[in-house]
Amino acid sequence: MQKKFTQLENFGHSLSAPSYLIQANIPEEIHEVFQLAKKMGITVTARGAGRSYNDAALNGGGIMLDMSGMNSITRWDKASGLVTAQPGATLEQLWQKVEPDGWWPPVVSGTMMTTLGGCLSANIHGKNNFKMGPIGEHVVEFTAVLPTGAEITCSPKKNADLFHAMISGLGMLGIFTSVTMQMKRIYSGLLSVDAFPVRNLHEHLASLLDGAPNHDYIVGWLDTIAAGNSLGRGQIHATRYLHEGEDPNPRETMKVKNQVLPPYVFGVFPKSILHYFMAPFVNNFGWWGVNTAKYIASLRKHTFRQSHAAFHFLLDYVPDWELSAGRGGLIQYQSFIPKETAEAAWTEMLKLSHKNRLPAYLGVTKRHRPDKFLLTHAVDGFSFAMDFKVTDRRREKLSAMLQEFDRIVIESGGRLYFAKNSETTAETALRFYGKETLDKFRKLKKRCDPNNLLESDLYRRVFGR
Amino acid sequence: MSDSPKPFDKTQDKPAQATPLNPRRRGIIIGASDGMGAALARKLTKEGYTLALIARRKDKLDSLCMEINSSLNEIRALAYVHDVANYNEVPALLRRVVADLGGLDLVVFMAGVNFPPGLNKYNFDGDRQMIEVNVIGAMAWLNPVAEMFQNAKAGQIVGIASVAGDRGRVGNPGYNTSKAALATYLEALRNRLTRHGVNVLTVKPGFVKTEMMKAAQGATPFAITPEKAVDDIYKAMRKRRQLIYTASIWRWIMLIIQHVPSVIFRRMSF
Repeated sequence: MQKKFTQLENFGHSLSAPSYLIQANIPEEIHEVFQLAKKMGITVTARGAGRSYNDAALNGGGIMLDMSGMNSITRWDKASGLVTAQPGATLEQLWQKVEPDGWWPPVVSGTMMTTLGGCLSANIHGKNNFKMGPIGEHVVEFTAVLPTGAEITCSPKKNADLFHAMISGLGMLGIFTSVTMQMKRIYSGLLSVDAFPVRNLHEHLASLLDGAPNHDYIVGWLDTIAAGNSLGRGQIHATRYLHEGEDPNPRETMKVKNQVLPPYVFGVFPKSILHYFMAPFVNNFGWWGVNTAKYIASLRKHTFRQSHAAFHFLLDYVPDWELSAGRGGLIQYQSFIPKETAEAAWTEMLKLSHKNRLPAYLGVTKRHRPDKFLLTHAVDGFSFAMDFKVTDRRREKLSAMLQEFDRIVIESGGRLYFAKNSETTAETALRFYGKETLDKFRKLKKRCDPNNLLESDLYRRVFGR
Repeated sequence: MSDSPKPFDKTQDKPAQATPLNPRRRGIIIGASDGMGAALARKLTKEGYTLALIARRKDKLDSLCMEINSSLNEIRALAYVHDVANYNEVPALLRRVVADLGGLDLVVFMAGVNFPPGLNKYNFDGDRQMIEVNVIGAMAWLNPVAEMFQNAKAGQIVGIASVAGDRGRVGNPGYNTSKAALATYLEALRNRLTRHGVNVLTVKPGFVKTEMMKAAQGATPFAITPEKAVDDIYKAMRKRRQLIYTASIWRWIMLIIQHVPSVIFRRMSF
């Protein structure tokens, strides 16, 4: 096994840490890495695609176990829609495998670069969380290697406690070696999207609430810069699958070549360099212009058809878009707040960001429902994700503002999400998870990993040393 | 939240995690217990660094860490007892320190001993110790550090050589040799590492008012306090300079001394 001391970054390019990078190609090597860590007296974190916005896949001074090499889809049954894959397989591999046969992954993230292992560890959600729950609800079975050396198989029935803790467990209980998931039947490669504007936050959240039951996906874009009576204005995309027969030629629309995102803008401009041209707009004034233009463009209420990939993987539309935030990178603050208190909380947060002259540059809202996983981030309510650009001048002020946000979220009965939030302290996490949940998690941790071999920078930040 | 800062928890033995909004610069000072090492530890922690302090003397190290951590109200200095001449300990200790700090941006090799043999006298034991600590100790630490930084494509190494290394003189051949060797070694590291984005700074102090200066025979012109020396070092670090003299006048003094022809130099008592 090759190990190399390497500086690794998070997805937002806002934090880096050096680790001994080791690639695992077969499950036996995971055992070897645990042995090595024990011998060297350091800890291990598994890393898939490195698409977390925070420190979930960073382990300063420890071993980074690169799982991206264990990425085969080992079994695909197009009759039942059951797929088995190694944890390093990406959502891109997965949908490209299953879609031509008339299936789609039931839950996907906003980028298709994420790996299954990472998706399960964070228990990711999609724009259909209110209906389909998080990705963990579609896992039929998984196998994993524990730091004790045990190899286990978990399903909702078998080892149910570990099943519900390892999914959402941030990779801190064991390392996945194989995942079996149920795919969802589709009858077209296209989705029907209703796009309409909302004038303020009240209307925004009401539309998510009312629109959700009649649609399969719902997502809002929120103009984070609009203030006053227009605070929280934006555009809703409420989307449904096409029924059988609605698409005259599903075989054709489900072909991968008709799903993939074009590499050029206007047919000629290569998208790989687009982020350089975005950078000049990523400041308070430039982004006010972008938001306003986008809102005006969204005023036209319309319905259109769009491919699955184009609808879901917005973040992949501009490659390396996250580089446009510049040298300090970007962070995302995503809060999940019950439907009763969300409007007041986000009104306060948006006003605070305006008062501090620290507006978010991108705001995205979704509808959610609770789930049964141990470290769940979901509530019966909504989520609101805000992207902030990090610069040396902003750091201190932004940090103080996000602490204020944390207070608002906790007081509103909300939760935070550890694929995203990078500044949450152990005290805040304790308040929204609750002592009982954390004690339960610690007990499982002790059982699976008595020597604390699995630790990430996130784990040390949120769960203490 | 506008809470007043909580008093730091003395039972917690690890520094806080870095986050995008609270990034941390991490460093190691080898030879940190007193003199310039202690002064640099105070300076760098005040400037935001989290440091691992390495030295032989546990009591001095502990009280320095306590002083720094209480004055900054958080864990910013960690103590590690180690004798630089125990080369075999270095790889494991370095690994542990980097894991405890959560990363590494800076390594300062400060450790140095000086055993003047006295004019016209020879002392092999003293000479050997000077080479073992000042040269081989530096190699034992900076070789693995250089490899880490080279792979990470970032980092900064600071080595404390001396004006004494610029010329072999009658007073202390072993010390001159050790510091000349260290300066050459640092130059070689610089030539290896600059292309990988790593900065190597060689510091050549003149007289600094520390324990070691008491060993110097004769006059001590242009002596400066350790605080002045570390201010110079910190400034040079920030500018990512290659070589500095402190006090800076030594650059010109040594320029002259280096050019004194041997035929004269070997007749001097200097």
